[in-house]
Amino acid sequence: MMSAADVVVCCGSGGVGKTTTAAALGLQAARDGRRCVVVTIDPAKRLADALGVPGGLTNDPIRLPIDSPGELWALMLDTATTFDGLVTANAADPDQATRILTNGFYRNIAGSLGGTQEYMAAERLLALHLDDRFDLVIVDTPPTRNALDFLDAPRTLARFIDHPVFKLMMMPTRRGLRVLSIAAQPLLRSIGRVIGTEVLADAVAFFQAFDGMQTGFRNRADEVIDLLHGDTTSFVLVASPRVDTIEEARFFARRLTEKDLGVAAIIVNRATPDFGKPDGRRPRTAAKVALFDNQAELHTRAVAEHQYVAPLVADTKRQPTWVPLLPGDVHDLDVLDQIRALLFTGSAPADASQ
Amino acid sequence: MNPLQFLTDAHVAIVAGKGGVGKTTVTAVLARAAADQGLRVLVVELDGKPTLASLVGAGVQCLALTPPAALAEYLQTHGLGRVAKRLATSGVIEVVATAAPGIDDIVVLGKIKQVEQSRSYDLILVDGPAAGHAITFLMAPANLLKLVRGGPIRSQAAEVAEMLADPARSQVILVTLPETTPVNEAIETAHSLNDDAGLRLGPIVVNAFDEGEDLQVDLAPADSALRAAAEFRNARRELHRHETQRLTATLQLPQVRLPLLASSVLDVASVAELAARLRVQS
Repeated sequence: MMSAADVVVCCGSGGVGKTTTAAALGLQAARDGRRCVVVTIDPAKRLADALGVPGGLTNDPIRLPIDSPGELWALMLDTATTFDGLVTANAADPDQATRILTNGFYRNIAGSLGGTQEYMAAERLLALHLDDRFDLVIVDTPPTRNALDFLDAPRTLARFIDHPVFKLMMMPTRRGLRVLSIAAQPLLRSIGRVIGTEVLADAVAFFQAFDGMQTGFRNRADEVIDLLHGDTTSFVLVASPRVDTIEEARFFARRLTEKDLGVAAIIVNRATPDFGKPDGRRPRTAAKVALFDNQAELHTRAVAEHQYVAPLVADTKRQPTWVPLLPGDVHDLDVLDQIRALLFTGSAPADASQ
Repeated sequence: MNPLQFLTDAHVAIVAGKGGVGKTTVTAVLARAAADQGLRVLVVELDGKPTLASLVGAGVQCLALTPPAALAEYLQTHGLGRVAKRLATSGVIEVVATAAPGIDDIVVLGKIKQVEQSRSYDLILVDGPAAGHAITFLMAPANLLKLVRGGPIRSQAAEVAEMLADPARSQVILVTLPETTPVNEAIETAHSLNDDAGLRLGPIVVNAFDEGEDLQVDLAPADSALRAAAEFRNARRELHRHETQRLTATLQLPQVRLPLLASSVLDVASVAELAARLRVQS
């Protein structure tokens, strides 16, 4: 899966180890000689430490100090900065860019419009894909239930621009009498009564400043969509073996199938390790009973976890790769390499088993 | 002293935590425990997936809130019914919410405030928004007050901010797992909510805590599966103890631990079992 891909997208609900998985996949790619960049959305600081980046990840890719034939780079997506870059790139002149970037309404959109984070992740993915420094981009999706909005996100802004309210706001203003033009529109007046006229005036100013950039934005969105739907993009579902996260994973799988994208691989993290059924009969002394019961309990859990995952396997016709719950946390490159080995060979390297 | 005193410290308790830590489980367990104490309890769900009603058991009321419904109701009750209808039919809710970010959070919180003031319940437990949006959600009123200088939404934001800032009226109950990354995130969230937003923090709930004595590994034969299983379990328990201790040392908040259950399937019975075992560690 990895060797044929130019782009790998990791999807899954929050807390299933998506970021760690993305990093472990990147580590393998670098071992295979690829020049790989991992885009993380919201990494814990410990992951930055684990990657050997003590100062934390930034919006610009940082090359990681690993010994491998290829290269591994990582960055943390900064939504607002990426959006600013897109505006600057599409503006007719620096003046238009400045008017937009300093507009209060724009600052709100850049930070909080539903889907903006997903959209910017997709935008960044395209930019990195076109960047000669890298031949593989691995991207972590935002930890929301609607993470696959990522696929539609490039269209979000286009939809927003085409919204009737936008068209209303774009009505020619009479000699800059902005507030008057708001007052002249019953709908805008109503909105103004609810949210306050200053906020609305900012919105109108934004849409007016944005005029002329719609085409550039739409074309870019189409390019992103083409890349995501291309043969060189693979989707990896990441889940943990719990009823609720498997339900989410099935939901993601259905959406990918609906879009003819398909699931290239399934990774089930944090699985209870199965040590098998305990041998013989249940002992009599309390301490030995505890040992016996512990192995039996872990075995029962592991069996139950396979049952939780079964519907996902049936839906996708793919056998998942299981990564057992580790005794500790992912706190350095050795542990990350252990996860990489578990993913690709099914066992941990002997020297990292501590 | 009642070990569950914290449940009556404030009328509204907002349960918050990152995705995957078991927020809904904890909300259900706290609701069950409070109802078992004879309190009149309401649980509020925000994410449009009504799951709590099937978990909390008898004697707990449930309310599902969505931003569009809360906004429409808000406009109706403020004599802006015509606006509501127009906003609904033209689909501009999205645009309005963008123009004044957090407006959807504020109308939802406003509805919760309205229920609180009706005094119909002793405890209103809110299953907070999913995935890291807790801070944005809880800081929405304060942020909107900075941005909007007039209009009905501003007064609504002011009233909600007042409720959130009053420790007798509301508190936030953070949920985490006894593992390194979730504990780090809980510590960061606690600092922002307490220091930046000025909210009262209730006890922190540690979900799926693997309690129990260490197993005597030496009693198992060397290289046996029995021994490997025991070593694994001891390491997990050691991690859980270490992380909960770190949490206590860093945050100095009382802790409530929900034990790891044998099954990950959540139902009325497991919620009732966890509620009966609920204790605050000091």
